Amino acid sequence: MIPGEFTYHRPSSVAEAVAILASHGDEARPLSGGHSLIPMMKLRMAAPEHLVDLGGIADLKGIAEDGDTITVGAMTTQHELIGSDLLGARLPIIRETSLLIADPQIRYLGTLGGNVANGDPGNDMPALMQCLNAAYVLTGPDGAREVAAREFYEAAYFTALAPDEILTAVKIPVPPTGHGYAYEKLKRKVGDYATAAAAVVLTLSGGSVSTCSVALTNVADTPLYAEEAGSILTGSTLDADTVKRAVAAAEAITDPASDGRGPAEYRIKMAGIMLERALARAADRARG
Amino acid sequence: MNDMTPTREQREAALEGMGCKRKRVEDIRFTQGKGQYVDDLKLPGMVFGDFVRSPYAHAKVTKIDATEALKLPGVIAVLTAEDLKGVNLAWMPTLAGDVQMVLADGKVLYQNQEVAFVVAENRYIADDAIQLVEVEYEELPVLVDPFQSMAPDAPVLRPDLEGKMEGAHGPRKHHNHIFTWEVGDKDETSKAFAEADVTVKELISYHRTHPSPLETCQCVASMDKVKGELTVWGTFQAPHVIRTVASLLSTIPEHKIHVIAPDIGGGFGNKVGAYPGYICSIVASIVTGVPVKWVEDRMENLSTTSFARDYHMTTEIAAKSDGTVTGLKVHVLADHGGFDACADPSKWPAGFFNIVTGSYDFPAAHLEVDGVYTNKAPGGVAYRCSFRVTEAAYCIERGMDILAQKLGMDPADLRMKNFIKPEQFPYQSALGWEYDSGDYHTAMQKAMDTIGYRELRAEQKAKQEAFKRGETREIMGIGVSFFTEIVGAGPSKNCDILGVAMFDSAEIRVHPTGSVISRMGTKSQGQGHETTWAQIIATEIGIPAADIMVEEGNTDTAPYGLGTYGSRSTPVAGAAIALAARKIRNKAQMIAAHMLEVSEYDLEWDVDGFQVKGNPQARKAMKEIAWAAYHAPPPGMEPGLEAVSYYDPPNMTYPFGAYFCVMDIDVDTGVAKTRRFYALDDCGTRINPMIIEGQVHGGLTEAFAIAMGQEIRYDETGNVMGASFMDFFIPTAVETPHWETDYTVTPSPHHPIGAKGVGESPNVGGVPAFSNAVNDAFQFLGSTHIQMPHDAWRIWQAARDLGAHG
Repeated sequence: MIPGEFTYHRPSSVAEAVAILASHGDEARPLSGGHSLIPMMKLRMAAPEHLVDLGGIADLKGIAEDGDTITVGAMTTQHELIGSDLLGARLPIIRETSLLIADPQIRYLGTLGGNVANGDPGNDMPALMQCLNAAYVLTGPDGAREVAAREFYEAAYFTALAPDEILTAVKIPVPPTGHGYAYEKLKRKVGDYATAAAAVVLTLSGGSVSTCSVALTNVADTPLYAEEAGSILTGSTLDADTVKRAVAAAEAITDPASDGRGPAEYRIKMAGIMLERALARAADRARG
Repeated sequence: MNDMTPTREQREAALEGMGCKRKRVEDIRFTQGKGQYVDDLKLPGMVFGDFVRSPYAHAKVTKIDATEALKLPGVIAVLTAEDLKGVNLAWMPTLAGDVQMVLADGKVLYQNQEVAFVVAENRYIADDAIQLVEVEYEELPVLVDPFQSMAPDAPVLRPDLEGKMEGAHGPRKHHNHIFTWEVGDKDETSKAFAEADVTVKELISYHRTHPSPLETCQCVASMDKVKGELTVWGTFQAPHVIRTVASLLSTIPEHKIHVIAPDIGGGFGNKVGAYPGYICSIVASIVTGVPVKWVEDRMENLSTTSFARDYHMTTEIAAKSDGTVTGLKVHVLADHGGFDACADPSKWPAGFFNIVTGSYDFPAAHLEVDGVYTNKAPGGVAYRCSFRVTEAAYCIERGMDILAQKLGMDPADLRMKNFIKPEQFPYQSALGWEYDSGDYHTAMQKAMDTIGYRELRAEQKAKQEAFKRGETREIMGIGVSFFTEIVGAGPSKNCDILGVAMFDSAEIRVHPTGSVISRMGTKSQGQGHETTWAQIIATEIGIPAADIMVEEGNTDTAPYGLGTYGSRSTPVAGAAIALAARKIRNKAQMIAAHMLEVSEYDLEWDVDGFQVKGNPQARKAMKEIAWAAYHAPPPGMEPGLEAVSYYDPPNMTYPFGAYFCVMDIDVDTGVAKTRRFYALDDCGTRINPMIIEGQVHGGLTEAFAIAMGQEIRYDETGNVMGASFMDFFIPTAVETPHWETDYTVTPSPHHPIGAKGVGESPNVGGVPAFSNAVNDAFQFLGSTHIQMPHDAWRIWQAARDLGAHG
């Protein structure tokens, strides 16, 4: 449980950080909260020769609203997400989800950027960002580009992020006032990754669903945006039959590993159960 | 008497003796992070050792090449089995009469087995060097399932035992067989089954788990080549045993070996045995001439040093139709892994599993245990229990529930009907034990009344109806557990470790000013000995506990003792302490008589001194007597005031308790929530009620973890799964249920202060309470037995298999 040798860098600007990454290629890794990378290094499953700590870059912090979009700096911690009144009012699902990540000590260091950028299917924020249709700002030597969260994840630990890019911010469209939301997470204990989890954001109009977005955590090697489940539910009154069809559609796209959390058959079913419960809570909230 | 003279009650209170909720004195340093643990030790020139471990569960080791590792600056040595053969230490004896490789000698038998020991200037270099040691393996067929161990074509795991058909505990019947252990009357038991109205039979498995002390196993070995003396600091639950073993193995005379166990961060049985890390550190220090530190990491701890359980118990009970039990038959298949490194008293290959008749009056019983080898880590330690007692309690408590179900009886009523009656004590069990004392009916009734047992059953019935009507997806279970433990190993007539009788010891020295230092052969790992031992002495000799220092763990200063595990400290060392204290009091009485110029027979003891019978004003307090012992002892009497006692207990002690668990289970997710957990313990005389409560809380938390998911699993190729705290279930405060504790007091008749020991009761009684709650919840759907551990996915599978998902 001791990492190999590495050089530690602590740049003070994004440009400087990108330059360090660009000059070392695959041998460098950015470090944010460190909760995924450092254990991997201790197990020698990751052995970067250069560690680029983003903690000294002031520009990567902060939460700002601009019209219908809220932009969160990548180094904003989960603790800060929970404490943000702006997010509490406009995107309360972020607080609900953040409170289900690990424990307070971890949330003091764990960041939104780190959580979404490293492609760990166990992380909670990627599916939530897919549900909210957020976009990631990726900054490299040639400047910044945006990639939708729904397009970002390729496989476990493989994403659209290039080795010389840093995920610098997350842009989240604000759902309409009065929307319903819920993040349901089944886990073995505090600090565990989800056995299965489901994020739901929906709006109702006259008793039927006008919009509905669904995403799932840790039931495949990437987060899953359950597009079909969302469209099945849209236009419905959330009657039992439609919910059942949506749950089946969501379960159908899962492909979880069998692990200590349970065999695949169990985790598939739990994805469905979490979705069912998230839908019920989200609808309750939308009804006010 | 003026107003300033303290009353008798005030003097008694000032002692903080037995029965007082005295705050733990050791917590002053522990809560400030000022404990001194092995890894805090820094010696000049100290170097670090670390292991190259096998990625395979079963393989030949065809080549070990350390050339590249030795080239790395800072690497001092790489030891292999070949090097250890030079000092005859490539293998070491186990406590169970087997031998175990220290480093892989031609083959490996489990994943993460120690293959080579790298010694380097610091931990970082040692870990880098590990990656550079090249080991060539030739994979062999892997044996993981103990039920396949004795198949005719099962792979040979132990070629070193080839042709050796006589083991340490009798004949071996297969190349992977270790021992058969048989107790009880087979014919009588068969007769009982033939004549029974009702019989039940079930395979009850207790999965493989592992103790999880916060501090892993570690040591520092330092050989002084000039003096020829070896000092070993280590996380040892039994430091004197380690010294004797080290002397026997190294041939260094025992007086030239100094074993020191400093503060220990939890043991739970994990730190009883001798491990390759200790041997390699000692050898490395002998080779290099500098101190060598070895510290296990969490994955190494969980995957190598001494697992617990892995007992597969085929249990049969015979009964009359009214519920009276008439016979018990148990066969255990015991999976010991690659070596039998079970930490039991030497003559007890299955520990005290023959306590399996539990709290019930079985007229006949028969037990047979077969130990087998598999490609898993060695061990079989008593994880917070006396030797194999948790397994036995789980077996009989699950069995009684299964019988109750078959009879259509309430499980609490069935237990009540079959309890050993108070007037039957001392009670001879059908499997050979003499239970010292007990009042089971009173304890059970108190527990049932307190928890509102009948009302809970009524609520459960209503919930079952509601579930059947489709009104709820939640079901309710009530777990009943009534355990009898056997602790305090043990009487020399039945217990020894490598030939050393399992006595324990205490030495007490009263200083001239009336303060005390006392030393014992036990070693606290968190049990609070510094607090409780002083309380016993305080009551016995009338000196305030605050003036008594307790010191353990240094074999140079402490009297020889067998250490702390199996809830033996209070039953054995606690008795030695009381008896040593009484020797001091006897001498003090003679000194007081001299001071008061009366006959010693005219004196009576009163709280903290002696007074003349009928004239309480004429008294001498212990403090004055202590001064006199050094200043002006009676003519002809040796000066000084100290005593040593070695205590060989006449019998074991038999704590017992009634535990109830109320659980609500979500059948759709398999998530079980413990609504209430009530634990009534009877550990005889209670020395410190607050420490007892703390012990019960800790033990119940471990029981909860074990029953509900704490497991060391292996895949079919012998990969150990989940050997980290990500997967190995350690509950946090969030998951841990609220504990309600209670007690009755039935003193041990043969113990000087009547105490029985309590540290392990909650684990022994807790596991069956949780498991019975889960099982009880599903009974109405037709289930008889669901195997542990009861993690959510397994409960969900059980629910599905019973048709609860519609």
